[in-house]
Amino acid sequence: MGASQCSQTHPQKYKQYEDFADRTGFSLEQINNLHKRFRQLSDNTETISRENLENIPALANNPLRKQIIGAFFDKRNQHEEEVGSIQEIGFQQFLMVMSHFRPPGLKMTEEEKEAMRKEKLRFLFNMHDTDNDGTITVDEYRKVVEELMSNNDIGQEAAKAIADAAMLEVASINMPHMGPDDFYEGITFEHFEQILKGLEMESRMNVRFLDVDTSTMRCGKGK
Amino acid sequence: MMMKRTISKGRGNNNNAAFCALVLLWCCCCVGVARCEVGSVTPTPATHVLVSVKPVQESGGPQAFPNEEKANLPVFTMDYARVQVPFEFTLWILLASFAKIGFHVYNKITIWIPEPCLLISIGLVVGAIMHAVKEEPPAMLDSNVFFLYMLPLIVLENGYFMPTRAFFENVGTVVWYAVVGTLWNSVGIGLSLFAICQIEAFGVQDINLQENLLFASIIAAVDPVAALSVFEDVGVHEQLYIVIFGEGLFNDAVTVVLYNMFIFVADMPVVESPDVFLGVARFFVVGVGGVAFGFLFGFLAAFTTRFTNNVRQIEPLFVFLYSYLAYLVAELFAISSIMAIVVCAITMKYYVEENVAQRSCTTIRHVVKMLASISETLVFFFLGVVTITTEHEWNWAYILFTLLFAFVWRFLGVLVLTQIVNPFKTISFSYKDQFGLAYGGLRGAICFALAFTLPGNINRRELFVTASIAVIIFTVFIQGISLRPIIEYMNLRTTNKEEMSINMEIHNRMIEHTISGIEDLCGQWSHYYWKDKFKTFNDNVLRFILLRDRKSESSIVALYKKLELQSAIELLDTTVGDISAAPSLVNLRDEKKDKARSKKTFMAADIKKMHHILANNMYNIRQKTIAYSTRHNLPDNSKAREILIRRHASVRRSLRSGTSGSVRDSRAPSRSQKYYSLQPGGDLESAFPLRRLSSNGQDADQVDRRSERLRPGPSASAYSSSRSLAAPRRLDTLREGVPDPGGAEGKGGRKGPVPAPRRRLSDRSVGGGRGPGDETGGGDDAVRPPPLPPPISSGRVQADHREPMDNGAGDPLLRHPSSSSQGSRRSHHHRP
Repeated sequence: MGASQCSQTHPQKYKQYEDFADRTGFSLEQINNLHKRFRQLSDNTETISRENLENIPALANNPLRKQIIGAFFDKRNQHEEEVGSIQEIGFQQFLMVMSHFRPPGLKMTEEEKEAMRKEKLRFLFNMHDTDNDGTITVDEYRKVVEELMSNNDIGQEAAKAIADAAMLEVASINMPHMGPDDFYEGITFEHFEQILKGLEMESRMNVRFLDVDTSTMRCGKGK
Repeated sequence: MMMKRTISKGRGNNNNAAFCALVLLWCCCCVGVARCEVGSVTPTPATHVLVSVKPVQESGGPQAFPNEEKANLPVFTMDYARVQVPFEFTLWILLASFAKIGFHVYNKITIWIPEPCLLISIGLVVGAIMHAVKEEPPAMLDSNVFFLYMLPLIVLENGYFMPTRAFFENVGTVVWYAVVGTLWNSVGIGLSLFAICQIEAFGVQDINLQENLLFASIIAAVDPVAALSVFEDVGVHEQLYIVIFGEGLFNDAVTVVLYNMFIFVADMPVVESPDVFLGVARFFVVGVGGVAFGFLFGFLAAFTTRFTNNVRQIEPLFVFLYSYLAYLVAELFAISSIMAIVVCAITMKYYVEENVAQRSCTTIRHVVKMLASISETLVFFFLGVVTITTEHEWNWAYILFTLLFAFVWRFLGVLVLTQIVNPFKTISFSYKDQFGLAYGGLRGAICFALAFTLPGNINRRELFVTASIAVIIFTVFIQGISLRPIIEYMNLRTTNKEEMSINMEIHNRMIEHTISGIEDLCGQWSHYYWKDKFKTFNDNVLRFILLRDRKSESSIVALYKKLELQSAIELLDTTVGDISAAPSLVNLRDEKKDKARSKKTFMAADIKKMHHILANNMYNIRQKTIAYSTRHNLPDNSKAREILIRRHASVRRSLRSGTSGSVRDSRAPSRSQKYYSLQPGGDLESAFPLRRLSSNGQDADQVDRRSERLRPGPSASAYSSSRSLAAPRRLDTLREGVPDPGGAEGKGGRKGPVPAPRRRLSDRSVGGGRGPGDETGGGDDAVRPPPLPPPISSGRVQADHREPMDNGAGDPLLRHPSSSSQGSRRSHHHRP
């Protein structure tokens, strides 16, 4: 992700952008696009609050809406070692969260890819792990599964059964790696990695952050 | 006799020829007899008989009716001519199918040499023999037969089993390569060949530009069959796979359009510019028309199956009728029939499969697969035969340059097109990918059939046919065979084989939702956005119209149900002995399945049963996953039986517990929870072991061992210990997730400890002492012995199994105080 040749219309912003680019791996152009969107979401203020995000109409039907929005206010997703949640996020935090969705570059080394994969997995994991304790418990898992299936009413029991089955699967996959004193209380991040080994995270979990002409699209989505 | 010879040659690689040979012999005899009879009955002179050992060709039908007048009523008559066409057709299919069986009996051949190569080789042999006895090639392969009967079958399969998600995620790329790539190839090859034709020395100056383009359009189309099988085995990543797949599918459409266009143009002395524009317009009409008809018939099919619930037996037929209709209608209007049938198949698939009964669904899939693989086999087989039996015109220069250009333009095309498309892709194709894409561009069936369709008025038609066949054979053999080593050597980005575990499915959906959420959040539209929109539309409108039962069902639920159902079927299939529980099992399952759909009508009792079933079935899922992950091995029957036995025990128990169970169940909604999490206020001692037990992966390994125990013998120990080293990694719990709520809960405990478990317990604790050491020593593999191998009846066997058990002494369960209760439960189970 080298710096791109985007037009230098806002030189004053540039220093800052470059700084962001270094930290997040976004190109300047992408940052620019995201900044536009950020201002639009925040009604041209400096920060975004939960309400701002909750008002996005297109998100309304997303079953994982709560988790997605939550992820933006989760300190764990800020590449810092803190836990807990934030009330309002500035552009930098916004970018940090978004940076989990960078597509992999062609020239990435294996380690970089692995790191990126881990980062993405961590993001997903954090979406599950609502109480920050480092494990996904059955209840947390169930909640997500239920939400995932909320728009086809198969009933809570079925969702539960599925979550349980999934949990069982995790446990059985990971059992060989557990110490003798463990019992299966929840999915740790390592186990989480293990069960999703087969998913091509780095190629699937990404957004391109193009410069879509937001002005035309927005009108469809309301504000 | 000829038939016999060829067949046995074809099966040269067959290892277990015993059975096949028998069948073969029979069929050869038939042929032999038939042949003789033809010879004697046909009142033609002897020379004719010689030439037409197999007179399909010249008779073209049943008119060679023997009309000898006989005074007496014939006691034995034979009327070969009457059945000739279907008879020989059947024999050809049989021959081709035998060949196919042959390859797969000896697996290694198909690993290194793609099946099409083998089929063509056999075809060549057969062709050579036919040529030697001056036999005419089979009548079946005129281009009409190919386009009206064989091609639709192949394409239907491709469309029906198209990996939809991957396809729609890459649809742009696919269409780009299919359309532009094919155009590029045709034009490039055509023009360069035309340039070559200008050189006097080659003696092909009479081929004009139009004809060159026509020829180029024939050999431009890439056929994915051979390449795909390799890519699939090697496990290249999804994107590459789908691009090759889709390209092969849709460029057929482009090729056919181009072909028709150039055929038309080839007749014209001068091509004017309006013709070119008309050509372009026609191209769009053909493409869009095909898609439109595809949608139309796809939806019709889905809609029809909405009403077939009372005539299940003809349900599968509709899929074939409608897709074939789509094909024929498209053909009727000379628009892209391939597009039509592919789109039709994609469209109808999901709706139809939800409407029809499970059995019909299975039937549909099997039949689609079967028909496709037969016609594919036949096509390659005939390709071999025809290669020998047609007249050729060999022109070194022209043919070599064709090969060269086909190769070069393909590489150039991929290179250039990829550079253009890469910036638009999230994950761009690396150079390795591009090489794979270019090198995987084999030519195949379509090319072959089109070459034979060439009208006779094209001058140098033979040369074109020869050159096409040369290209096909070159690409299929040289590229096809070297593809695998090269791909493996290059170490292309591969993907894990999709073992659809429930977790993966859940997270697949989760990722999709998250991505679409994030995209919404930053105002991006992409396929996830469209996917979301389409889903809404689908749920609200399409499903409402097309489905009988409109509960939308997420793929997670679908997978879950599928796994359940499959294991149910498996269990029933393997039923042995003691079936008293089986009927009720079926009932429960059916009930559960139906209920799961129409939620509202649940009775408390049903819910209860469902819970039992669901909880009981946890291990089924695990077991299924084994089958997925070790797809290439035959399922171990003993496992299934073991499970079955255990399962019956548990089902019986849970049924027996009927009354007491229901009392407990009144507080049931959270019943299944019990085993996977600790209830508030629950008893630690009892809850944890249960949970652990149920979640613990104790694997195939254990079950193997357990089943071995069932057939005790001196050999058992060696077997089991080696097995335990080899297989233990497999993660799937075969064990019955500590049986069921109802049963597990009280019953096991109630029974109290039995002598056997105790013995075992002591074993264990001995082993447990040195557990950790063992574990590190043995590596990961040595692991996890069954925490609780079932109690055993025979002490000797027990001794045999000491070794593996010690190995696993590190098991967490071993030291658990409450393991004795587990042990007893287990023993209870096991007791037949």
